[in-house]
Amino acid sequence: MHRYRFVLYRPLQLLPVLFGISIITFVLVRSIPGDPARILLGTRATPAALERIREQFGLNDPLWMQYLYFLKNLFNGEMGRSILYKVDVIGLIFERLEPTIVLVFGSVLVALAITIPLATIAARNRGGFLDQAVRVISTGGLGMPAFWLGIMLIILFSVRLDLFPVSGYGQTFLEKLHHMVLPCVTIALSLSAVLTRSLRASLLAEMQSDAAMAARARGLPENVVFRRHVLPNSLIPTLNLLAVNIGWLISGTVVVESVFAIPGMGQLLIRAIFTRDYMVVQGVAMLFAVASVLVNFLADIMTVTLDPRVKL
Amino acid sequence: MSTPLLKVDGLTVETKTETGTHRIVDGVSFELQKGEILGLVGESGSGKTMACRALLRLLPSSRLSIPKGSVRLDGKEVMDLPEDQFRAIRGKRIGMIFQNPASHLDPVMRIGDQIAESVRFHHGGSKRAAEERTIELLQQVGIPDPKERSRAFPHEFSGGMRQRAMIALALACDPDILIADEPTTALDVTVQAQILRLLKELRDARGLSIIFITHDLGVVAQLCDSICVLYGGRVCEHGPKERLLAAPRHPYTAGLMGCQPAIGATGERLRTIPGYPPTVDAMPTGCRFHPRCSNEVAECSRRQPPLEAYEPDHVAACYNPVGEAAALPAKESA
Repeated sequence: MHRYRFVLYRPLQLLPVLFGISIITFVLVRSIPGDPARILLGTRATPAALERIREQFGLNDPLWMQYLYFLKNLFNGEMGRSILYKVDVIGLIFERLEPTIVLVFGSVLVALAITIPLATIAARNRGGFLDQAVRVISTGGLGMPAFWLGIMLIILFSVRLDLFPVSGYGQTFLEKLHHMVLPCVTIALSLSAVLTRSLRASLLAEMQSDAAMAARARGLPENVVFRRHVLPNSLIPTLNLLAVNIGWLISGTVVVESVFAIPGMGQLLIRAIFTRDYMVVQGVAMLFAVASVLVNFLADIMTVTLDPRVKL
Repeated sequence: MSTPLLKVDGLTVETKTETGTHRIVDGVSFELQKGEILGLVGESGSGKTMACRALLRLLPSSRLSIPKGSVRLDGKEVMDLPEDQFRAIRGKRIGMIFQNPASHLDPVMRIGDQIAESVRFHHGGSKRAAEERTIELLQQVGIPDPKERSRAFPHEFSGGMRQRAMIALALACDPDILIADEPTTALDVTVQAQILRLLKELRDARGLSIIFITHDLGVVAQLCDSICVLYGGRVCEHGPKERLLAAPRHPYTAGLMGCQPAIGATGERLRTIPGYPPTVDAMPTGCRFHPRCSNEVAECSRRQPPLEAYEPDHVAACYNPVGEAAALPAKESA
């Protein structure tokens, strides 16, 4: 079990990361031109009204003081109040957490469900027609931006075939599932384009490995060698690639949530940026950062579990 | 003589490269009796490993092919069997162990699970029974505390233990023949001696026949009953160990033996065979050894010498064989 000891101290490394991210998000948000009070109240607001809003949210304080307030709030487990919604940022985020989490995990599952069969077909027909076909599909997947792909899927599956809802999230579990199919597929298609190439390459390497050769020499049929020896060894680097791409995946949800009008964190973030709702942008950015770090932490645990040779 | 357990006849492996098609194994023939240990000897690139891979029809690249050759098991031709029937031979009739057990074991599967997988695949039966058999096998190959150790992963074993595990894995399918591809080359000498003793014990206990691939004549002298010497993908000499070591006929065999340092012979320069083994794309005509041979005659570069029998079971391919009286030493290297 000593191989899992990093689970105890790794979370401590999160602290300096969070501190760095808090500075970056704080500075970046405030360097966007535009005045939150002005955006909130409109162009015809009186100077007095503007001043009242600025005073209320502490926007007149010097920047370093605003940052210290932000830090103090963080230590108390708060993220300040939204300028636009006039409620606590934490509450806003919690309301919108679920769709985004479902979207991220759903996309990963769909991506793996696409990647593993496609890479298997490609690797086992190396250089053949099917291998080329998979190459074309994955290159295509890389070339299609999510916003365009999402709209195309809506046109085909929602408008023409009427199989899935156009947008929104729904109330019951089944409804939610039904709503999330197209968004998940949108993200998964571009994600699996990257993963398929990686998995195909490691499958090919593992198929020619000494261990696979020895398994064949024991008389195991090719499909058993593949399933029990080649695939488990090949999945390890691909799952690590997936973990590295999780940041990209989260940023993908922002676009996809906008295309499918899903009331998630991405949508919240976009609206907050447009309205210069500093507290919300900071809060969501912090959360995304924490999520990225946590996912990589989970990936480390997974690697240690799958590959007995790894020590962290 | 009874039908040999294994009879390989004219086994040929070709490789396709940019420079054309080359024969890396050219008409290799040998026989193996039940309980016999045959040493397949040659330098790197002599085709000894490739010949054994071809025997199992497991060539490591699609550029390689077996255009001809016959392999008879118990007198039955197996080379033309369809792949799914031939698979029953791999592991179950002919097992194989390798030079580098670290890379030939699945790194992410427990040793015991790998052995049990083979047991269940070839003999069926319950998971329980396979586990018991696994522990039994590990015990047979001399792994201490086999129950505990079967739960270990390959990287947790030492080199010698890994080779023992590899042998247990090959024995899992209860083969009649074991191909051992330089199984001791990567091990230190004491462990090497242990593994050799283990192989000998297995031969005595199970009547296992072993094809032992090596370039180490010392190991051959210790372990083998007969020796087959390969050079450039061809057999140069094949015979019982005692006769071959005492009176080699082929100058290459004699040269190899001349290269062995003798204990106590100090101050003498170590003999070598001059030159380098040929590469596949530049095989000499005629006898492939003639450019390096001290016994070369005019005929050598023109035609390939046929295998000639000096005794019923001792053959060599040479136009000017080394005499009975004294093995000619190889040319001193300059």
